[in-house]
Amino acid sequence: MQNPGDALKKALLAALITFGLSFPIVALRTDTNLSNQLVLTERWSLAFTLSGIAFVAFLLLGLVRPAGDERATPKTARSAAPPHPFTRYLPRIGLAFLIAYPFLAVAISGSAGAVKWIDNFGIQILIYILLGWGLNIVVGLAGLLDLGYVAFYAVGAYSSALLAKNFDLSFWLTLPLAGILAAFWGLLVGLPVLRLRGDYLAIVTLAFAEIVRLVLINWVPVTGGYAGISGIPRPTIFGYSFMPGPDNIATALGLPASPLYRLFFLFYLALVLALAAYWVTTRLRTLPIGRAWEALREDEIACRSLGINTVTTKLSALAAGAFFGGIAGAFFSTRQGFISPESFTFMESAVIVAIVVLGGLGSMVGVAIAAIVMIGGTELLRELDVLKAVFGGEFDPAQYRMLLFGLAMVVLMVLRPKGLVATREPTVRLKPKVARGAPAAE
Amino acid sequence: MDYFVQQLINGLTLGSIYGLIAIGYTMVYGIIGMVNFAHGDVFMLAAFIALILFLMLTQLLGVGSLGLALIVVLVLGMALTSLWGWVIERLAYRPLRGSFRLAPLISAIGMSIFLSNFVQVVQGPRNKTMEPLLSNVLVLPIGNGSVTLAEKQLLIMAVTAALLAGLWYVVKHTSLGRAQRACEQDRKMAALVGVNVDRTISLTFIMGAALASVAGLLWMTYYGVVSFNDGFVPGVKAFTAAVLGGIGSLPGAVLGGLLIGLIETFWSAYFTIDYKDVAAFSILAIVLIFLPSGLLGRPDVEKV
Repeated sequence: MQNPGDALKKALLAALITFGLSFPIVALRTDTNLSNQLVLTERWSLAFTLSGIAFVAFLLLGLVRPAGDERATPKTARSAAPPHPFTRYLPRIGLAFLIAYPFLAVAISGSAGAVKWIDNFGIQILIYILLGWGLNIVVGLAGLLDLGYVAFYAVGAYSSALLAKNFDLSFWLTLPLAGILAAFWGLLVGLPVLRLRGDYLAIVTLAFAEIVRLVLINWVPVTGGYAGISGIPRPTIFGYSFMPGPDNIATALGLPASPLYRLFFLFYLALVLALAAYWVTTRLRTLPIGRAWEALREDEIACRSLGINTVTTKLSALAAGAFFGGIAGAFFSTRQGFISPESFTFMESAVIVAIVVLGGLGSMVGVAIAAIVMIGGTELLRELDVLKAVFGGEFDPAQYRMLLFGLAMVVLMVLRPKGLVATREPTVRLKPKVARGAPAAE
Repeated sequence: MDYFVQQLINGLTLGSIYGLIAIGYTMVYGIIGMVNFAHGDVFMLAAFIALILFLMLTQLLGVGSLGLALIVVLVLGMALTSLWGWVIERLAYRPLRGSFRLAPLISAIGMSIFLSNFVQVVQGPRNKTMEPLLSNVLVLPIGNGSVTLAEKQLLIMAVTAALLAGLWYVVKHTSLGRAQRACEQDRKMAALVGVNVDRTISLTFIMGAALASVAGLLWMTYYGVVSFNDGFVPGVKAFTAAVLGGIGSLPGAVLGGLLIGLIETFWSAYFTIDYKDVAAFSILAIVLIFLPSGLLGRPDVEKV
């Protein structure tokens, strides 16, 4: 319990600062009037409300929080404790849930309502999980900060779309080709930046992603510029398509027509791609190359003095990460049927990096949870009509989507700097793992 | 010849603004080794604050004199933007000090997303256009032709030069500057000899935000238009400038800013305007490949 006087003083200061922050930017709104001039609209009450909220919040916090710096108290040694059994089975529970998810969606919200849940939530989140797991190889395992991951996503999406449209290749062929092409781009970016470390690497990859985006915008004859590419062929399965038409799979099988078949197909396709990424990454981690990546993350100099070739190690990490980015891009282009440079802005890279870091660097399950929380959470905000009822009809929750996304990034990072899943299973153990409670087998 | 000199003037004007923003990046990086990703959005916010303050003075309070209005906007804008800089550091970065390297960067990216969307929500998504200020031009004869130098370009270059001189004095000759340089070299050692490290870092953020505020006001007078997503591209270019000049080095940031401004202007003037940003970013990559520590940066010696 803090001295009430101190708490009051702090709360007053907080209110004053909030007023200072909101003084011109919130209290006065600029609008363009009919004669195209900027005029100010005064909204002092809003600024005062915000200051009031800050005052009350800080007052309550000050009264509730115990005096003294709580950070001084020693933290319990959480890392030493054995993992909770729940976390051990989490991957399996999660997988079972994912496989059942489309059916659950249909069962709960009916076939019309399920479209939104499978498409906007399920498939969308799976794309980000795939991207997160791809970037996890680069950032989480090899420790190379790549702020331009969206470039490989864009390369995958555009190469798959262009191959399908100009050369009539099937999606099943363009999918691996997009991944391979993106991997080559990974090598191409990697070669010049190998000597750079840390933040320099981050800014060069960011610059590279911007260059890719600008080329996509300006190279109109090939990429279509801002208009993008539309009419990308949808995937077919054994010659049957999921779009309305004579070769529709539902008509061929004599089933009633419904958009759900396509969504189910896309959902399970995304799930298979994501699981492939998971499987490849976990396998790679136990191979010499994966161990070299993790060694590189921990200490580059030690790594070099042990005779590990850092050039090939870095390049292979960038290429492997880029490969999955390309796969995700190919899937994205065929799912949307339309791509434009708008989808490949820096914001996407930031979101993917945020998912990887918030998930706990290197933790695959953590990345998946972070993707669900961040993407699912912001998508959910579109759905909250309840808020509309509370704040009046003009209130549009979707407007606050990215605002809250950014805020959530800051708050999650401050509260859990190590990420949501901070414990990382070591890849190699000195002694064979013995199951707790059971006698040692060997 | 006159075309060349004209582009030189335009490039230096743009480069001055980039240089002012770049100083904010380079000082913060020098002192805590962190890329303050939100700095570009602080600059955008500052441009909005400058615009609103200017409209408030001229429309609501009826200040007639342009010079007086600009000076009040400059001083008040610097104070308000500094407050933002201080609060951001206090809430989003200070709790993460001593955490692993990526944590403050992610927090900064989150803050950048928050700031641009905050401005979008409170000020609306449209471009804000203001009638041009200080557009009188001086015509200077050069060779056979002539070049024009707008009053605002003169103002931008003069303000930048004056601020740099002031900043140089603060860093080299005051106790605050000494404390900053001490923290830059070794934060723990500086704390042991009695430097208030937290306060020094806060002041560094405040100085960066104040310079970004001036850059925002100059941007507003130069282009007369700002929108909520105008923080990213100038921010990235200014960061590029800081890296190009050698991150951590003040003269390097200014040199890098001027170079980026010149490259961009000359590329647009002689080649194609579509790829001007590609030119700036490609030159960054090329410089880093051959000079990994930038033009004026100290070579990065790694202690083992």
